[in-house]
Amino acid sequence: MAKQISLTIDNQVITAPEGMLIVDAAKQAGVNIPVFCYHPKMEPVGMCRMCLVDVGRVQVDRATGQVVFDAEGRPKIGFGPKLETACTTPVAEGMVVVTDSEKVKAARKDVLEFLLTSHPLDCPVCDKGGECPLQNLTLAHGPGESRFLYADKQHLNKRVPLGELIFLDRERCIQCGRCTRFQHDVVDDPVIGFYQRGRALEIVTLSEPGFDSIFSGNTTDICPVGALTTADFRFGARPWELKSAASICNHCPVGCNLTFDVRREAAANGRTVIKRVMPRQNEQVNEIWICDRGRFGHHYTESPARLTRPLVRRNDELVAATWDEALALAAAALKDAPPLLLAGGRLSNEALFNLRQLTEARAGQARLYTPMSGGAVAIQAGLSAGSNLGELGKGDAILVVASDLHEEAPLWWLRLKQAAGRGAGLIVLAARPTRLDKFARFVIRYAPGGEQAALAGLLAGEGEAAAAFAAARNAVVFYGSDGLDLVGSEQLAWLCAELLAKTGHLGRPNNGLVPVWPRANDQGAVELGYSPAENLPAALRSAGLVWIAGADPAGDDPELAAALDGAGFVIVQELFLTETARRADIVFPVQAVTEQEGSFTSGERRVQRFYPATAPLGEARPDYAVAAGLGQRLGLALADQSAAQVFDQLAQIVPAFQGLTFPALAEAGPQWPEIGRADLYYGGTSYDNHQGLGAHLAAPAVPLRLPEMKPTPAAAAAGEWTALPVTRLYDQGALLAHSELLRGRLAPAAVWMHPATADQRGLAPGQMVEVLLSGRKVTRQVCLDADLPQGLLIALR
Amino acid sequence: MNLLLQQSSAEVEQILVRYPAEHRRAAVMPLLFLAQRTTGRIDSQALADIAEITGLSTTDVASIMGFYTLFHAEEDGGGRFRIQVCTDMPCALRGARQFLAAFCEALGIQPGQTTPDGLITVEEVKCLAACDHAPFLQVQGDGELVDYPDQTVESALALVETLRQKPWARY
Amino acid sequence: MTEYLLLRHRDIPAIDQLAVYRENGGFAAFEKALKQLQPGDVLTAVKASGLRGRGGAGFPTGTKWSFLPETIWPHYVVANADESEPGTFKDREILERNPFQFLEGLMLACFAVQARVGYVYLRGEFWPLTQKLNRCILELEQAGLLGDHVLGTDVSLRIYTHLGAGAYICGEETALLESIEGKLGQPRLRPPFPAVSGLFARPTVINNVETLTNVPLIIARGADWFRTLGTEDSPGVKIFSLSGCVNHPGNYELPFGTTFRTLIEQYGGGTPDGRAIKAIMPAGASSTILVADAQTLDTPMDYKSVAAIGGQLGSASVIVVDDSVNMADLVNQTVHFFKHESCGKCTPCREGTYWMAHITARLAGDQPDAQDAALLGSVARQMQNKCLCALGEFSTMAVVSALEKFPQDFGIS
Repeated sequence: MAKQISLTIDNQVITAPEGMLIVDAAKQAGVNIPVFCYHPKMEPVGMCRMCLVDVGRVQVDRATGQVVFDAEGRPKIGFGPKLETACTTPVAEGMVVVTDSEKVKAARKDVLEFLLTSHPLDCPVCDKGGECPLQNLTLAHGPGESRFLYADKQHLNKRVPLGELIFLDRERCIQCGRCTRFQHDVVDDPVIGFYQRGRALEIVTLSEPGFDSIFSGNTTDICPVGALTTADFRFGARPWELKSAASICNHCPVGCNLTFDVRREAAANGRTVIKRVMPRQNEQVNEIWICDRGRFGHHYTESPARLTRPLVRRNDELVAATWDEALALAAAALKDAPPLLLAGGRLSNEALFNLRQLTEARAGQARLYTPMSGGAVAIQAGLSAGSNLGELGKGDAILVVASDLHEEAPLWWLRLKQAAGRGAGLIVLAARPTRLDKFARFVIRYAPGGEQAALAGLLAGEGEAAAAFAAARNAVVFYGSDGLDLVGSEQLAWLCAELLAKTGHLGRPNNGLVPVWPRANDQGAVELGYSPAENLPAALRSAGLVWIAGADPAGDDPELAAALDGAGFVIVQELFLTETARRADIVFPVQAVTEQEGSFTSGERRVQRFYPATAPLGEARPDYAVAAGLGQRLGLALADQSAAQVFDQLAQIVPAFQGLTFPALAEAGPQWPEIGRADLYYGGTSYDNHQGLGAHLAAPAVPLRLPEMKPTPAAAAAGEWTALPVTRLYDQGALLAHSELLRGRLAPAAVWMHPATADQRGLAPGQMVEVLLSGRKVTRQVCLDADLPQGLLIALR
Repeated sequence: MNLLLQQSSAEVEQILVRYPAEHRRAAVMPLLFLAQRTTGRIDSQALADIAEITGLSTTDVASIMGFYTLFHAEEDGGGRFRIQVCTDMPCALRGARQFLAAFCEALGIQPGQTTPDGLITVEEVKCLAACDHAPFLQVQGDGELVDYPDQTVESALALVETLRQKPWARY
Repeated sequence: MTEYLLLRHRDIPAIDQLAVYRENGGFAAFEKALKQLQPGDVLTAVKASGLRGRGGAGFPTGTKWSFLPETIWPHYVVANADESEPGTFKDREILERNPFQFLEGLMLACFAVQARVGYVYLRGEFWPLTQKLNRCILELEQAGLLGDHVLGTDVSLRIYTHLGAGAYICGEETALLESIEGKLGQPRLRPPFPAVSGLFARPTVINNVETLTNVPLIIARGADWFRTLGTEDSPGVKIFSLSGCVNHPGNYELPFGTTFRTLIEQYGGGTPDGRAIKAIMPAGASSTILVADAQTLDTPMDYKSVAAIGGQLGSASVIVVDDSVNMADLVNQTVHFFKHESCGKCTPCREGTYWMAHITARLAGDQPDAQDAALLGSVARQMQNKCLCALGEFSTMAVVSALEKFPQDFGIS
């Protein structure tokens, strides 16, 4: 607990922790000091000079070092001849800060007049208009007219693409440096920078592709003017026309809090459409940031390819049908045979719950469609209430094994990088370099298949890393499936849980196991009792009735497509007419996450609500309602009126969810720093969160009850043509396929290898080559990567 | 392939040795001078090479290049020799502006332009710390910088002739 | 002046050769320090001498050295050879003609603060001088005066040159450090100060070339001797760079306290064609312009006396302006200088110098407008006390003083 300092701001006596900057201390006390270059999530630079205030300090006699007192026995306060920047000055005992004097007001007016000499009067056509710090501060503190001659105004390029996702308007930039500092200091992607000097200072990018950072969109939130805009939202709408809906990102297991901004449009026949995606502040999950996949990967929800009507197979063709017809047919099939349910991790908790309830009632099997296992162990060793990655620091340890977080769960990468910056001991176990390596205290490299041995080493307490982990006050382990299959990842989870148990890092907040799932709600699925099928092709082939929800096995793997062809009756509930849906006997159109209410469970075991942003498309219904509709016809009363109703049932039945309610998940509270409030200039345009911070699932029981570890099957001869399956952020999956914007950044269907390896095997870049991936042969294009260890091949799943 | 390392590895080493090993980025300025010496300009290959050596991003290397007036980006153009004439206040008090105007007129170009043969660019620059030798100019080119104090139009034109005859420097 | 102390080449032309420098007492001070003195002794001597920084700020040198904490290592000394203030060319002459005395001073400074590495930051335009300086440093290494075992002791000392590339702002000490570190040459926030967190975040001394060139003399001849020269408040000799409307521009090594009149008339040979002196800019372009009346001309050139008449001595770069010069034209040039050199980091300087340049361009035209003149004054004052570093502040000084003292040149009747 830092020492508390007492000071006066505008005649108000306040206390603030030692080391806090005047601008933040004032903010806490309700005094808003205007800023441009300062941002509470970054180191101050004192560049814009907007936060100049009058600072008086207790006078100390130079010779004696004693405080000088006035006639009334109070410490004498001396003000400097110059105003000082509130953003660079820490509070001091007895300090007197004046922010409302004529001198300070004049200074603000002067600084604004300076900024407006070059800034264009673009407000009528500028995206930022209506949520613009410069506009707001000019109105509050600036001059009404400029004395600068219009003819002297600089004319600069107003449409500079920094890559294809972000556009820069050079005239509007006020050279505050927030964007370059964010890129350099927060996310370690120094791909934009200042060029030239003086009035000519401009932002440039030389990376290939331009502005090559998965966090680039955040710079448009913190830019205090309309200089940086996204290609997604540029000239899209006026902020005051937008309605905002709180949601949770459905691309990865971090569960970033988002806001969808929507507007009714004539061009969309009166439909409400999504105009942009913005971060929503949740200091316990994603702070105020989101990655570009979450920001730009929403277009699938509004794709014209979306299914809007139920389809049934007649004369070997899928034709439109009514819900009643389709439900009746499906119910009949369910009466005939027990279903093999295959659900995907993008489904909500409510959907997964209802689907499983019905499946169990029909004596079927509920399976999670996933390449990664270990869930049964993970839910026992997971994080519990009170856990916050933002609190990990000196004395704590974080282990990341078999996961490239920067590609798989970017905001966890960021949170762990920051934890390491605060002194946490980061240990990275990986077969290949990852972007977390440079922040790690220990990097342990293993050859493919060597994960277990590496972990065994840690378990045995061998080496510095093991010692550091064991001695840590708190320890969190992230395990992934990089290069692993179901058995491998399950074993990994087992070993990680054992390590945590052995070193006493379970059963309390900020200690536990976090699985880096491929999908947003895989955690929810495993908490709700789902597990992967051990032999999915066999299971599909032999199933009399297959029911697939939110998964596309046929599209992912030709072997699964063939297996599905061999199955009996196939029911699919999907967003699109996927390869799987094409093989179905009945296809139910379902709502996207933006059209419904529900909840997801993040990999940190936090349950968070999402709210509808747009109206449902066509006749699409929520996934949970499809199950409920079938249930009705089969005599099973499943909740079907609302997601809240489903959740209430769920919470009664599933122990981990006990005590949680939708209202509880909707509780929000003050967060620090204050972002997205009325004073946009302070933190940017990310959204204030008043729709809910979510809540953790109940703490898992301690001690750990690990299931018997399966014996390692004879490893398939890892020949030299075996490629390790990995994940990339911008993959070829269905969700991103509909985002034109990201097309140029999608990872190619490639196999990556070190140039020397390619040479040795006589391969040229671009050449097509057959490799073995997860047990099946695939043809991929050769791509070179000098960072890979020699001899290692990697390919996207 | 790092051309800079390939062509000048000894000089690169000599540069790196001057700074602490954990602060390699300090070598960026001397490396930019090194990359610039053959053509007088820094192209994207050189930026990438320097980025690799220093561990900086290409954007950051370009950022340093862009800040300083003696570094010239490929797209800035310019001749093999840049005749940089000081016309700042103390030199102006001693006739530097008139000198520049007359010199440029004799060459048939405006200040800032390059002669038709592409060899000489005449630039107006700020104080060169030689105010007692106005009109003063320096010539940047061929990887070096040479001072020419107390110039007249005649002496400057003679200089231009010398430059025209100069064989290309070998590096 | 019978003997040159800093511009010794004017007495001994070949003193830029190591052998000649040593024959004439060179490196005796350094050897004495290394073999007989403690670092603290050298520091005490320099402090006692009252030597003040010659780069413009005039800060007591020994005091600056004493700020370095003994708990953070390594220490660095950086010589500021970025000489870019218009009207300043003294360091150029020292580096070209008496380089070893400067190097010895730098080496003594390193010894005093126990730095193992010293850097010389030279402006990019000093490329030819840098080649020469590098040869001098090599000679010193070969002579065992630099290297791992200096003069056979266990003291190691290396000097490296670092070339700037054309940015006046890099003469500002923290911008200079940023430049060496391979970052943009933009000034840092202070605190922390370079003495505690400087080059590569280590305690660092930054001294001007001329300042360091004084140090061997102080160690060789004593602080008391040094105090016999100049004035109480500004001891020693100063190299005054004289330029502008004078017959004999050049560097003049004279004791502090010499008057402007002596410098301009006796040494500078007065103005061309006997024109009247209109104004004096004692600190280069970063000057409060002084009206060249009798009071000014007879003012002794030392920090205190010049301050007393409302000016600053700064780097003692004395620019003489005669009555053929229109002050609006002159100020237009100084403002364009600062606009060109502004690093752009802070709003008032970046926008203010740009704005002022537009106004001064108009005022330097045929019909200066009194309203424009008023606007110029307002913009200049609007910049004051808001800038992140001295460049922005200094850019306004000539403007405000010229408007006040020569209103007729700006269309103000």
